[in-house]
Amino acid sequence: MDLSFNKQQLMIKKVITEFAEKEIKPYASEIDQEPRFPEEIVKKMAKLGLMGMSIPKKYGGSELDNVSQTIIMEEVSKACASTSVTMGAHTSLCCYPIVHHGTEEQKQRFLPKLASGEYLGAFALTEPEAGSDAVNVQTTAVKDRDEYIINGSKIFITNGGKADFINIVTTTDPAARHKGLAIFAIETKNQKGFSVGKKEDKLGLRGSNTSEIIFQDMRLPKENLIGGKEGDGFKIAMNVFNSGRIGIGIQGVGIAQAAFDECLKYVKEREQFGRKLHKFQAIQFMLSEMATRIEAARLLCYEAAYLKDQGKNYIKEAAMAKLYGSDVAMEVTRKAIQIHGGYGFIKDYPLERFYRDAKITEIYEGTSEIQKLVIAAQLLGKGF
Amino acid sequence: MNIIVCIKQVPDTTNIKIDPKKGTLIREGVPSIMNPDDKHALEAALKLKKDGKVTVLSMGPPQAEEALREALAMGADDAVLLCDIKFAGSDTWATANAISAAIKKIGNYDLILCGRQAIDGDTAQVGPQMAEQLNLPQVTYVRKIEINANKINAERVLEDGYEIVETSLPALLTLVKSGNDPVYPSLIGIQKAYEKEIKTLTAADINIDESRTGLNSSPTSVVKSFTPPPKGGGVILEGSISDVSKKLIVILKEKEIIQEF
Amino acid sequence: MRKIRIVEDKCNGCGMCIPVCSWNAIYLESGTAKLNDYCNDCDKCVEVCPKKAIEKIGEKKEGTAAKKEIQEGNEVWVFAEQRNKKIARVALELLGKARELAESLSVKVGAVLLCAQDEGLSKQLIACGADKVYLAEDPKLGYYKTDLYTKIISDAIKENKPQVMIYGATHIGRDLAPRIAQRLTTGLTADCTGLNIDEDGLLLQTRPAFGGNIMAQIKCKTHRPQMSTARPGIFKMLQEDKGRKGEIIKIKADIKAEDSLTKVIKVIKEAKHVANLEEAEIIVSGGRGLGDKSGFELIKQLAGLLGGEVGASRAVVDAGWIAQDHQVGQTGKTVRPKLYIACGISGAIQHRAGMQGSETIVAINKDKKAPIFGIADYGIVGDLHKVVPLLIEELKK
Repeated sequence: MDLSFNKQQLMIKKVITEFAEKEIKPYASEIDQEPRFPEEIVKKMAKLGLMGMSIPKKYGGSELDNVSQTIIMEEVSKACASTSVTMGAHTSLCCYPIVHHGTEEQKQRFLPKLASGEYLGAFALTEPEAGSDAVNVQTTAVKDRDEYIINGSKIFITNGGKADFINIVTTTDPAARHKGLAIFAIETKNQKGFSVGKKEDKLGLRGSNTSEIIFQDMRLPKENLIGGKEGDGFKIAMNVFNSGRIGIGIQGVGIAQAAFDECLKYVKEREQFGRKLHKFQAIQFMLSEMATRIEAARLLCYEAAYLKDQGKNYIKEAAMAKLYGSDVAMEVTRKAIQIHGGYGFIKDYPLERFYRDAKITEIYEGTSEIQKLVIAAQLLGKGF
Repeated sequence: MNIIVCIKQVPDTTNIKIDPKKGTLIREGVPSIMNPDDKHALEAALKLKKDGKVTVLSMGPPQAEEALREALAMGADDAVLLCDIKFAGSDTWATANAISAAIKKIGNYDLILCGRQAIDGDTAQVGPQMAEQLNLPQVTYVRKIEINANKINAERVLEDGYEIVETSLPALLTLVKSGNDPVYPSLIGIQKAYEKEIKTLTAADINIDESRTGLNSSPTSVVKSFTPPPKGGGVILEGSISDVSKKLIVILKEKEIIQEF
Repeated sequence: MRKIRIVEDKCNGCGMCIPVCSWNAIYLESGTAKLNDYCNDCDKCVEVCPKKAIEKIGEKKEGTAAKKEIQEGNEVWVFAEQRNKKIARVALELLGKARELAESLSVKVGAVLLCAQDEGLSKQLIACGADKVYLAEDPKLGYYKTDLYTKIISDAIKENKPQVMIYGATHIGRDLAPRIAQRLTTGLTADCTGLNIDEDGLLLQTRPAFGGNIMAQIKCKTHRPQMSTARPGIFKMLQEDKGRKGEIIKIKADIKAEDSLTKVIKVIKEAKHVANLEEAEIIVSGGRGLGDKSGFELIKQLAGLLGGEVGASRAVVDAGWIAQDHQVGQTGKTVRPKLYIACGISGAIQHRAGMQGSETIVAINKDKKAPIFGIADYGIVGDLHKVVPLLIEELKK
C-alpha cells in the first residue's frame, strides 16, 4: 500500500509549510499574548484559497481532497493553533452543511463569499444547556408564513464575534427531540435580532474569537433553512462533526509536533553536567516516546482523511483520530515543558503556549468521552 | 509583454550539513527548492506581464520539473525543461550557450529575467554570459523594474547605494531580492500547474553543437573540492585601549568587512 | 611541498596568526601554533607573527640561484577598477597577488585602467605592483558601463594575449567579467578566495560554493586568458613604492556614445537599510555592560557609521532599554551577518545560539573570562564606554 502523498499534495505541503513558517509563526506569540485575532493572516490565507478549500470549484472554492485539507490544517496548527481553528471552523464546520446539504440556491448564494473569504464563517450548536447533549438545543425556530422567528442563544462559538455568516442549529419541534432540529443560515451584517454577547477569555487558543451569540425575535426567510426541510438538522450536525474531527485530531498532531521540534533543537544546545542534554538516555527515551506517539496519531488522521476521500465509512477512524490526536497533544506538550525545565514555564518560550492550546482539543467538537462512545457504537454495531 | 524567466532547481544550501567524519556534504534529505533569486525574477515577471505571457525555462535533470511546476503554480503561463545528458557537467559558459540556444528556439520575447546568483554554484555568471551570447543589453543586481513604452528603468543595487539604469527592450536583467512581499502559489494555481504540459527540449531540439556544451567543452573544470575546516579560535588584541581600537579598525578594513567606495 | 613552516621554539602561542589565515589552517596545540593541510602557502601569517616564528621555506637568498628571465608577453593582468576617480581597494590587493603569480611564471604584471582622466591613477598602480598600465582615457569611461568596458577590454586582451586576468568580485567586476569571458570564449571562475600557480603552470583557482559549505578548486586548462573574479579583503596589497618604474600603454578606445545600450540616469548613495535584523550584514549589539538605556546611543552611533543595524541581548530588552525586535538570541532572532560586534554582552548560551553563525565576531567586554570571547574572532578586554568612542573616532577619520 502506498502511504505517500501524491505530487500535488507534496507541493501543497511545501507551499503551506513555507507560508506558515514566514507569515504565521512569527506572529503566533503576540496573537496569543495580546491576545489578538489573526485578521491579516486570515486575509492572506483567503488570497491563497485556503478559506475555500472545502468548497467546490464551481462556487469559487479550491475543492481540495480531504488529505490535502488535513495537510494544510497540520502545517497551520504547527505555527499557530489560534489561526488554525479560525480557519478550520470556517472551512470544516461552517461550509459543510451548505456544501453537502444545501439547496442549489443556497450554494450559489452563500458559497462564493465563503470561498473568497469575503465572509468569515462559524457554526453554532453549543448552548448553556446543550454541550455533549447536543440534542438538548433550546433555541427555537417558529414558522411564521414565509419566515422563521428565532429565539435563543449560543455560547462558546468559534469566530462567533467576528463571523459574517453563521450556520445555527435550532429546534422547530422540541418534542421531536433529535428529529426536530433544523439548521439556519444567518448573514450577520445588519441582521435584526442578532447580537454578539460575551467574548470569552480562555486558557488557550487565545487569539481565536470565542463568543456568545444571541437571537431575539430574529426573523429569517424560509430560504435560509439549510436543505429546505425541517428535521434534518441532527443528521447534518452529526455529519459536520464526523467530518470536522479529523481536523481537530491533526490540530493536536500539529501542536504536538511544534512542541517536539522545539525540544529537538533545545536538547542539542542545552548543556548540564558537562554534556548536551541529548546525550542523556532519559532524554532520548522521552524524545522517542513523543515521536512515536505523534507519528501514530498522524497516521490515524491521514487514514481517516483517505477513507473519506475514497467515499468509505470513516466515522470510527475519524473519532479515533481526534481521541488519540488530542491525547498525544496533551502528553507531548507536557513532556516538552519538562524537557525545557524552567525555560518551558516562561512566556519567552512557546512551550507553555502549546501546553495551554492543547487542552481544548480534548473538549471541543465532541469531547474525548463522546469520541469513545462514537467508537464503541461503531465497534458494537447498531442497537447494542 | 512576453517575458522568459530562467530558473534553477537547487539544494537548499542554508540547510546543508557536513558529515563530521568524512568532511563531505550530506546531500540526502536536503530539500530541493527554486533558487531564491530566480523566484524574485519570476515574481517581477508576473507583475510586469500584463496581457503578455510568462514562460519559465530551466536547464536541469528531469527532477527540475518540480521547480517548473512551482513556477506554473505561481502563475507562469508556460514551462520548458531543457534536459539532455549532453549538458551534464557544463560550466557557466557551456550553460549560457545551451540556455541561449533554447531561448532562440522559444523566441517571441521582449524581456529575459534571471535570478542574479544560484545558491549552489554561487557564480552569478550565467545571466551576463547569456546576455552576451544573445547580444542583449544587460543590467545586473536589479531590485525594481519600471517599464515606460519600449524602455526599461531598472533600479540597480550598488555596494553603497543604488543607480537607475535605462535600457531599451529587448534586454536581460538579473534580479536580487526586492522589498516586495513574497508571492505564494494559490491552491488553484497548484492544481492547474499539474494539469499543464511541460515541454522538454533536448540538445538536438535547440541545434546546439556538442563543442559548445557539456563537461568536455567547458573551459573551466573542477579539479578538487573539499570542505573548509571549522573556524578556529580567536585572538584577544593586546595593547592599550587606544592601540587596539585602531588595530581593530585596520583589520576590519583590510578584510574589507568595512568597505569604502 | 609546503612552503610555510612554524619554528616551534620561537612560537609563544599568542595566536595572532590564527585569525589572519583565510584558510583556518592554523591551530594551537599545547601552547604552540601548528599548521594543518589547509595551508595555502600564502604568507599572511609570516608577517603578522610578533616573534618571527613563521618562515617561508626555500626563500631565494640574494645572489644564490639564478633568477629566471622575465619574458615579454603572456602577462598577468588585473582589472584596475576605479570609482569616483579612485582605484578600488580590491584592485590594489589583486595587484599584490598578481605580482606573486607573475613572479612564479616569470612574466610581467599589467593593470587595465579605464577612466575619464588619468590623474595619478596609473602612477598609483605602478607603485603598487604593475609593470605596465594599459590605459583607456575618455570622458565616456568615467562611470562604469557594461558594453563600453567589455568592448575595450576584450579588444585589449585579443591584442596583447595575457595568460591570466583577475577582477575584483565587486558589483562592477561580476557584471563585467562574465560578459568578457563569453565574448572571448574563455573560462571564468567567480569570487575566488585563493589563486596560485600550480606545478603545471596553470592558475589554481579556489572558491566557495554551496553557500560556503564547500571549497572548489578550478582550472582553465586550455582556454586563454584564465580569468577570475576575486573576493575583496583576502589578498594583500603591496606597500606602495613610489620609486617603482613602469610603462603606460594607451589602448584603443574608439567608442561612440551609441555603443552603450544602457544609460545611467541617476546614482543615489544610500546606507543599506534592511527590513529585518536577519538580513543585516553588520550588527552592533549591546548588553548589560551598557549600564543603562543611554548606552545604546553609542551603539547606534557605531552601527550608523558602519552602515549596520542595532542588536541587543535579552537582558536589556527585558529591562526596557530597547525594543524587542532588536533581540538576538534563542528567544529573539537568529542572525548571520558578515560582522557582529558584541558590546558589554557576556555571551551566555541563549545569546550565542542566536549569533554564533556570524562570519566575523568582535567582542568588547570588561571581563576577560566572559564566554563571548570563546567564540569571538577578535576580542578587546576593556570598558566599552571607552573603547566604542575610540572606534567611532577611528571610523570618522
